[in-house]
Amino acid sequence: MAEAMQHYKPGEHPDLPPPRESVGPIAWVRQNLLSSPLNAALTIGSLYLLYLVLPPFLDWAIFSANWQEGTSRADCVKDGACWTMVRARFGQFIYGFYPQDERWRVNVAFLLFFVPVAALLIERVPGKRYFAIFLFAIYPVIAYILFYGGLGLQEVPTARWGGLMLTLILGAVGIVVSLPIGIVLALGRRSALPVISLICTGFIEFVRAVPLITVLFMASVMLPLFLPVGVTFDKLLRAMVGIALFGAAYMAEVVRGGLQAIPRGQYEGAMALGLNYWKMTGLIILPQALRIVIPGIVNTFIGLFKDTTLVLIIGLFELLGIVQAAARDANWIGLSREGFVFAALVFFIFCFGMSRYSQYLERRLHTGHKR
Amino acid sequence: MANATAAARSDMDVSDEVMIQMQGVHKWFGQFHVLKNIDLTVHKGERIVLCGPSGSGKSTLIRCINRLEEHQRGRIIVDNVELTHDLKNIEQVRREVGMVFQHFNLFPHLTVLENLTLAPIWVRKMPRAEAEKLARQYLERVRIPEQADKYPGQLSGGQQQRVAIARSLCMNPKVMLFDEPTSALDPEMIKEVLDVMIELARSGMTMICVTHEMGFARTVANRVIFMDGGEIIEANDPERFFNNPQSDRTKLFLSQILH
Ligand SMILES: Nc1ncnc2c1ncn2[C@@H]1O[C@H](COP(=O)(O)OP(=O)(O)O)[C@@H](O)[C@H]1O
Ligand SMILES: [Mg+2]
Repeated sequence: MAEAMQHYKPGEHPDLPPPRESVGPIAWVRQNLLSSPLNAALTIGSLYLLYLVLPPFLDWAIFSANWQEGTSRADCVKDGACWTMVRARFGQFIYGFYPQDERWRVNVAFLLFFVPVAALLIERVPGKRYFAIFLFAIYPVIAYILFYGGLGLQEVPTARWGGLMLTLILGAVGIVVSLPIGIVLALGRRSALPVISLICTGFIEFVRAVPLITVLFMASVMLPLFLPVGVTFDKLLRAMVGIALFGAAYMAEVVRGGLQAIPRGQYEGAMALGLNYWKMTGLIILPQALRIVIPGIVNTFIGLFKDTTLVLIIGLFELLGIVQAAARDANWIGLSREGFVFAALVFFIFCFGMSRYSQYLERRLHTGHKR
Repeated sequence: MANATAAARSDMDVSDEVMIQMQGVHKWFGQFHVLKNIDLTVHKGERIVLCGPSGSGKSTLIRCINRLEEHQRGRIIVDNVELTHDLKNIEQVRREVGMVFQHFNLFPHLTVLENLTLAPIWVRKMPRAEAEKLARQYLERVRIPEQADKYPGQLSGGQQQRVAIARSLCMNPKVMLFDEPTSALDPEMIKEVLDVMIELARSGMTMICVTHEMGFARTVANRVIFMDGGEIIEANDPERFFNNPQSDRTKLFLSQILH
C-alpha cells in the first residue's frame, strides 16, 4: 500500500523485512487494545475501573498503612491497614500453637522439603534420582520426627500444629498421595476386568458425589464410631486421609481424560514390540497421558491446596482458620481485613507459583506435533 | 523384464522351515464374519504380499499373527508357539514378530533413539550402551543416522516410517509384518520406504506385506495373496498372479489398481 513493491526476476526475490506497521509497541497496542471500536471501549472501560479501584487500595495497603510493631489495635495510629497486627501474630500465622522453642524444627523440615523439590523441578539440576529417593523414601520419616517428635525431640501433639505450616503439610500430603492413587484409580476404571473397573468407578463416583466437608466430617465424627473402643487415630491423620482420597477421586478423572486421548496406535505399537501391560502403561501410555493433562492435574492440586482450609470445620486451625481466630482477639478486635488480605496473599503466592510452573512444564515437554 | 525380476528373486532362498502356520482360522467382529477359514503357511525367508479391496480383512489377518486381534476358531502357530489365551505365548510371539503400521505409531514423547532402544532394553534386557549401538546401526541401515536425537514429530512421514522399521528391527525379529506402510505417505516419500523394505527382503527376512505397491510385489515377493470378503481367493507367484490371474474377482481388482 505505502510504497509500491519492487519487482524481482523469478528466483531472485530476497527476504524482505515485514512492513513497519505490523511490528513494535504501537502496532501491539493497536492490534491488542484498539483493534475495533468495541475493543477500544473495553480497554478504556477497564482502565477507568482500575483508576477507581487501585489508588484507594494501594493507599490503604501501603501508603497510609501501619507497618510499625505494636501490641494492640491502639498502636495503629494511621488510618490505613494495620499490618502491626499481622506482625504481632506472624509467628502464630505461620506455626499455629507450635511451641516457640521448637519452631526451628518446622523450619528445618520445610527447608529439607523445598530444597529437593526445587532440585526436582528445575531442569538443570543433576542427580534427580537421588533427590526423588530422598523425598519419597527418607524424607517422610525425617519430617515425622521433626514435626511430631521422637529421637530426643520433644513431642508436639498435632492439636498444636496450625497456621501456614498445617496448610502446607495438608496440601503437600494431599498432593503427593492423591496423584498416585488417582492414577491407579483411573487405570482401574479402564481395566478389562469388570470387578476392578466396578470398584474403581464406584469409589470415584461416590467420593465425587459428596462434598469435602462431608468427607471430613465423616472422617472426624463418624469414623470413630466404627472403630473398636480404645483405637484412636489422630484427628489430623484422619483429615489427611480424607483430603487425599477426595483429591484422588478428582485426579482419577483428570488422568482418565488423558488416557482417553492416547490413540489406539500407541497401545498397538507398544504391544507389537512385546511390552507387557505394565511396561506399556508405565513407559508409553502414562507419560503421554499425564503430559496432556498437566493443566488439569495442577488445577486439581490448586483446588486441593485451597480446600485444606475446610479442615477448620473439624477444629484444625490452618492458615485461614488461625487468621479468623486472630480477628476475634480482644486486643485486635475488628481487624479482620488485614488478616484476610495476608492469607489471600500467601495462598496466591503458592497457587500462582504452581500455575506458572505447570505452564513452564507444558512448554518444556512439548516435543513437536503428534504423529 | 520378466527374467530380470525372476533373477533378482532367485538369490533369495526360501527354507523348508515353517515360520507361520494358520489353519482354518475364523474371526468375527460381533456378528460380522471378517476372516473365513484362512489357511496359510509361511516358510522362513518367504516374502508375501497380501492385497485385496479395502475391508477385505487383510489388516485383521496379519494382526492375528501377533495377536493384536484374537481369532475365535482355528489355530495360529508362529515359530512353533501356538497363540492361545496364554499371555506368555503371546508375549513370546510378539518379541519375535515385528510390525510396521500405516500410521507409524512411533512414541512421540521419546526421541528417535529412545524409540529404538526401548524394547531391546525393557523386553530383551539389553544393556543401554549395547542397545544404543544396535539402534545406531539400524538407523544407518534405514539411512537416517543423523536424526537419532530428534523427536518423531520433527521428521517427515517417510523418515518416521523408516524409524518405525528400524524400531522393529532392533528387536531382531524373525518375521516382519507390514500393514500398508506407504499408504499414509506423500508420493515423493514412498520410494525411500520401499527401498528400505526391498533391502530387508534381500537380506532374507521373512515378510508379510499388506500393500498395493505392485512394483514392490513384482520385485521382491515370492507369493502374492489376494483376499476378498474375508477369504483368500488366490495365491500365486507374482509372475502368474499378474499375468494370468485365475479368478474373476482378482482380474477385476487388478484392472482397478493397475488401470
Ligand atoms: N475393531 C473392529 N471392530 C469391528 N469391525 C472391524 C474392526 N476392525 C475392522 N473391522 C471391519 O472388518 C473388516 C475388515 O477390516 P480390515 O481387516 O481392516 O480390512 P482391510 O485391511 O483389508 O482394509 C472391515 O469391514 C472393517 O470395517
Ligand atoms: Mg487395512
